[in-house]
Amino acid sequence: MPVSTENMVKVFERPNSLNESQFSYCPGCHHGVVTRIVAQTIDELEIRERTVLVAPVGCSVSMYQWFRCDGTQASHGRACAVATGLKRVNPNLIVFTYQGDGDLAAIGTAESIHAANRGENITVIFINNQIYGMTGGQMAPTTLLGQWATSCPDGREGSLAGYPLRFAEMVAQLEAPVYVTRQSVYDQKRIMATTRAIMKAFRYQVEGKGYALVEVLTNCPTNWKMGPVEANRRLADEVVKTFPLGDLVDRGQSG
Amino acid sequence: MPRGAIIVDKERCKGCGLCLVFCPQDVLAFSGEHNRSSYDVVCMKHPEQCTGCGFCAQTCPDIAIEVYRQKKPKDGS
Repeated sequence: MPVSTENMVKVFERPNSLNESQFSYCPGCHHGVVTRIVAQTIDELEIRERTVLVAPVGCSVSMYQWFRCDGTQASHGRACAVATGLKRVNPNLIVFTYQGDGDLAAIGTAESIHAANRGENITVIFINNQIYGMTGGQMAPTTLLGQWATSCPDGREGSLAGYPLRFAEMVAQLEAPVYVTRQSVYDQKRIMATTRAIMKAFRYQVEGKGYALVEVLTNCPTNWKMGPVEANRRLADEVVKTFPLGDLVDRGQSG
Repeated sequence: MPRGAIIVDKERCKGCGLCLVFCPQDVLAFSGEHNRSSYDVVCMKHPEQCTGCGFCAQTCPDIAIEVYRQKKPKDGS
């Protein structure tokens, strides 16, 4: 049925910072929502021409193909180290990394922690979906206890495989980070909160305040073996119990 | 006259159905029409109920939805 938009104004459209190509994410994947929020933030701050993204290894590995800003590809887990180099060589750039839990909290733990501890003036977007998505659903450090994954078919057991890694809390213990928060995108309210958090993280970098980490709890319908709507529900009911939402550190307000 | 409207980019829609759940006015439904990637795409089942709130567009992971809103509400309705 054709929809008439006569006498109407467009109030929501694709952000300018994204080009026309289609995301390669699975249906219902929250990656797309967060990618859109990041692009919208870049538009609103009018920083596209001096922004450089550092793509990780994972489902968002080819994100430089979707953004209309400069980008580079880091080796697995090393995005924060690459971002450090870029930012130090050219402090006028706005550098952000966009990493998954396998990338940031498993193989790249050292780089990620030390970039935070040095208080590098970069923005880190951390997508925590509690599983290795692209490689087929193996257990990640953030996998919940009892959660099924291909490498823990009986569910994750704490005594054998450790406990869910709360990366944001770890970073929040350090002195240097300016802004550390954990958000999610499972409902409208959370999407708005995540939009505000990502805006703040970028604004602090533009103002030269320092390191900001935004952890976003997301779903992975494909590897959780459930539909997108059901995966949303699981996120809201179960996952937030292990990973509580909210700002952990905000030292950027004063000064 | 509906207060808002959406346009769904059929080739971008992956039929995940998140917008259906988020819509507070129950405007959307699966159309039964499949795009080139074989996804059942979303359409406006009750266009007259749309308020142009944009919840569907914000939750769409593939940015397949554009939202329009009436320019000026007439008679304060």
